[in-house]
Amino acid sequence: MSMRVLEPGMLSLLQDSGRQGQHRLGLSNGGPMDREAFRYCNHLLQNSLNCTAIEISVGGLQLETLVDTYICLTGAPMPLSINGREKPLWEVQRICAGDTIRVGFAKAGCRSYLGVADGFSIEARFGSTATVVRENIGGLRGRSLQTGDELPCPVTRARKQYYLADRDRPRYQKMLTVRVIPGYQQRHFDRVEQRRFFGSTYTISEHCDRMGYRLEGPAISCNIEGILSEGICFGAIQLPPDGQPIILLNDRQTIGGYPKIGAALSLDVARMTQLVPGSSVHFAPITHHTARKVLELSERFTLHKILQERY
Amino acid sequence: MIYFGDAIDAQTSIRVQAATNAIEHAMREDIIDLVPSYASVLVLYNPLHSDYIKIASRLRNVLAHAPTPSGQEHRTVVLPVYYGTEAGIDLESLAERADLSINKVIDLHTDAEYKVYAIGFAPGFAYLGEVDERIAAPRLMTPRASVPRGSVAIADRQTAVYPAASPGGWNLIGRCPTPMFDPDIQPCMPVSIGDTVRFEAISREHFLTLGGDLA
Repeated sequence: MSMRVLEPGMLSLLQDSGRQGQHRLGLSNGGPMDREAFRYCNHLLQNSLNCTAIEISVGGLQLETLVDTYICLTGAPMPLSINGREKPLWEVQRICAGDTIRVGFAKAGCRSYLGVADGFSIEARFGSTATVVRENIGGLRGRSLQTGDELPCPVTRARKQYYLADRDRPRYQKMLTVRVIPGYQQRHFDRVEQRRFFGSTYTISEHCDRMGYRLEGPAISCNIEGILSEGICFGAIQLPPDGQPIILLNDRQTIGGYPKIGAALSLDVARMTQLVPGSSVHFAPITHHTARKVLELSERFTLHKILQERY
Repeated sequence: MIYFGDAIDAQTSIRVQAATNAIEHAMREDIIDLVPSYASVLVLYNPLHSDYIKIASRLRNVLAHAPTPSGQEHRTVVLPVYYGTEAGIDLESLAERADLSINKVIDLHTDAEYKVYAIGFAPGFAYLGEVDERIAAPRLMTPRASVPRGSVAIADRQTAVYPAASPGGWNLIGRCPTPMFDPDIQPCMPVSIGDTVRFEAISREHFLTLGGDLA
């Protein structure tokens, strides 16, 4: 029982919620870049939130279904069609063996999540199925999907066809405010530099991938060149000697030696990974306490949003 | 992030090690992961389950009661290395810059005992220190797009074995046939933080019998 990849598109990766607790081996987290869209995908399908789905970057994925089941596509608006007939995103769709699923190219944003009832059945490596291509770990033999790949998934004959009301769906724009918790090397950035950082607009450069997003804008200078290599958390904002910020993401290296001005709030980082090169970002400082409150609210809001059912 | 110092030294590393073990033991439920490095430990926790102030006070408590580090319980791991220009293309230039013979460079590299200070950059990449000052060498101006798997390399006073082919800017001096990271075996790494590592020079034939690859 499986789906077969006809066209992998630009970059399609099997991801569960990510690999935790393996940094000491040098293993990165992997997992969905837009955690919010990924969670909605599983939530709508009534899956556990860690089920394996496909992260589609930019678009272009085509699958042939060899099983009767249900799917759901969430995230960036990439036109979805089943056997040539257009279908809405953020809605559970019934599919039958022999159907062809096509995901077109994103009109806004750049990542979407294609989930299936009970998730794809992929063997976990180090506790997770998340694909980290750079480490050759997870997914199918540690690589992105290729034409001909078989993605095992169970037969599912009954599932509620939930959808998320249009008003509740995230909007993918070209501007974003990223909230930042000032970090451990903050004191190495003097007040003028901090003002510049929080007062300027930065642009997403072409150098953006699952390891990190490199931004372009007013250079921020730091009064030290480097630090003794230390652990790097998700969302850490590094400032290498050229002064252009790099925001470190899911597939980041576990330790590094560039000074960091702070760490971006995970919720905002997820939104940022939907921005295409050329989009603008600006930063706003927040405290630990505010960050926690914001996360709590968001958690409550996501999981308790009322799903609508189609009959 | 907890800091124990701001320089590379064995004593600091032992304290980092002891703290990591103590935190892991006492706070398993509260933390997601720990990233020990040369002189720091990054503690990752879920902010939805505990807040910063609680975590920080528990950490203070745990560290205050942590046993005094002995640094005795670590293993010594011997890694075989085939040194030579064929296996390490920077060996000759490194020797030239250091004004030493190739054999002397090899002797200096094998004579020392190294400590595993950190693991990171890539799965299984262990930062070992410190190499003799005479064979310390700066990173290449432009990193290579691909360094062969098993390459033994030097950057400043650190040395390491590349666990897999990857980009890299360290000076290559030889190759080690021992897999540094194999997800299919347990444990998947021959070394862990705090271990002592020694290198042992082997011949080309021996390297190949041990499963080494010169491609």
